Amino acid sequence: MAAFWHNVKTTLRLLTHNKVGFVGFLFVIFFILLSFVGPYVVPLDRTTKLDEIYAPISWRHPLGTDFSGRDVLTHVVHGGRDVLTVAFLAGAISTAIAVLMGSLSALIGGKVDSAIMGVADVILTIPQFPLLIVLAGLLRFNNVLILAAILGVLSWPSLSRAIRAQVLSLRERDFVEAARALDLGTGHIILREIMPNMASYLAVSLIFAMTGAVYAQVGLVFLGLVPLSGSNWGVMLQLAWTKGAIFYPKALPYILSPVLAIALFQLSLVFASRSLEEMFNPRLRTGV
Amino acid sequence: MTTTITEARAPAAGAGVSVGNLIRRVARNYVLRRFVVAFVKIFIVVTLTFFLIRLMPTNPVEVYINELITQYGMSADEARNQAAALLAIDLNAPLSQQYFQYMKGLVQGNLGTSFRSKGTPVNAMIAQFLPWTLFSVGVSLLISFTLGMLLGMYSAYRRESVGDHVITTLSSIFSSIPNYLVGIMLVVLLGVQWKLLPITQMRGSMSPGMTPGFTLEFIKDIFFHAALPIATYILTTVGGWTLAMKSSTIATLGEDYVTVAKARGLSEGRIMTGYVGRNASLPLFTSLAISVGFIVGGSTLIEFIFVYQGVGQLLLNSITSRDYPVMQGIFLIITFTVILANLLAEFLYSRLDPRVRVAGGK
Repeated sequence: MAAFWHNVKTTLRLLTHNKVGFVGFLFVIFFILLSFVGPYVVPLDRTTKLDEIYAPISWRHPLGTDFSGRDVLTHVVHGGRDVLTVAFLAGAISTAIAVLMGSLSALIGGKVDSAIMGVADVILTIPQFPLLIVLAGLLRFNNVLILAAILGVLSWPSLSRAIRAQVLSLRERDFVEAARALDLGTGHIILREIMPNMASYLAVSLIFAMTGAVYAQVGLVFLGLVPLSGSNWGVMLQLAWTKGAIFYPKALPYILSPVLAIALFQLSLVFASRSLEEMFNPRLRTGV
Repeated sequence: MTTTITEARAPAAGAGVSVGNLIRRVARNYVLRRFVVAFVKIFIVVTLTFFLIRLMPTNPVEVYINELITQYGMSADEARNQAAALLAIDLNAPLSQQYFQYMKGLVQGNLGTSFRSKGTPVNAMIAQFLPWTLFSVGVSLLISFTLGMLLGMYSAYRRESVGDHVITTLSSIFSSIPNYLVGIMLVVLLGVQWKLLPITQMRGSMSPGMTPGFTLEFIKDIFFHAALPIATYILTTVGGWTLAMKSSTIATLGEDYVTVAKARGLSEGRIMTGYVGRNASLPLFTSLAISVGFIVGGSTLIEFIFVYQGVGQLLLNSITSRDYPVMQGIFLIITFTVILANLLAEFLYSRLDPRVRVAGGK
């Protein structure tokens, strides 16, 4: 028990050590609570109120109202769940594929290596965002899981290249040689010997894969190419654009809300990555 | 050399051997090998996108019929007849036949004709739209790359100063915000809220009635129309360059040859430009190529926001109307741009850095 508390204390100290990173981390937690717990606290009201269109900021509507008089804050609270879910799933899928492909490529080498890197090369050559637009039409993702899967499957190549390079250098280290001499198997070598040494890099990559997924999914929704409905920051943005709210001076709080929500979430992810990097990489720690 | 020639000639009687020999000679030549790989990549991408595009649900005829019904209030039969007459495309031909037809045209440099703008060759459409994208992306990349290098070096030299903190913080903020959000904010704040810019007039890639040419009026006009896309690209990319240059400069400052240069009593300016700057900027050139592809590919969103008539806008229109040949053409042209940029970066890099120049690269 004492050891457990000691671990918790060390983790907390590491987290708070980098101030910017810690603030980012707190914001990420805030967004998670807002999007997953918030909807239970603030009920969603979809009824149109014609007398309250683009109402200014007030106690009743802290972020004003939209083009049909609905409360913007409520939509911000309800609109995060899908964005966060897709971001996390897509990031996890792409990192997982990248780890698998990169390490297999480096450890097996030869034909497998050239095949995997060839595929990665071709995917990297196809313009990503236009390809996503085509795939968006192809699969008509009504559900966030498929969207996340597509984003994940398309974004592993550049990361897998980097992982391959890292594994290639780690492979020559003594501890890997020792594991190989003990005949511990490829699975053990990848998961137990090499991956822990790349933990900080992987954590940061996961976060950057998540920001990439946010960029792509909101972009697709904004262009109106993904038939996602309901509350979603991207849908809010798209509606603000198509309903002409952008050109209506009084609608500023309505437009700013999804923009700030997305931008702040991206920022907090990037900042949080700094703390994570220090947490997983003892070499970066100074004076802890 | 003579021995290799005789060796090559001796078994040349069989055609298969000489083909094998050709492949071996291509494989040995670095530059040629790069070109062959690039060519194969383009071929794979064209083939993949050809089938992907045609697998998309709803075909151009259906989209057109729907448009006629919803926009002009035609009856379904009327719309179907008109669509059939106007579009006259045979989508029932087997895919493989369409594919070979397309590839045959492609070899002759012909990208086909648009379904929707009847009879307009895709080549002409791309020639009309692509220059604007290349112009706006090229100018912004140039400015943001240069600016990023300067800011990055400043930050690295004045580490922990107020200037460094401001630059680094702003850089990380702007590089993590999606570029289309910055674009939307520019429209909303500068155009609508503060009314500083006439955004509706700034739409399009040039004013109507403007004749292209090397006149001051024309150049002013195209910069006027491209200003907002360029500003957006710069704002969102300069931070990345700055941060990369900063860390690269810091790493270079610790190198032995910089210490030696200082010990030799060379002037601070000479060390900064000739020793630190040149070496620190090397890794940035490789990312330059990657970012060209990323920006051109992502131009769809920015051109949509500012209604800028570039290739991204054309792509979006062709996708919503399922204009297969136009989509295909744009994919090809973007892929081509990316590959070309990569090749250029690679050659540029080997010219800039003698250490990576391939051993014996003839």
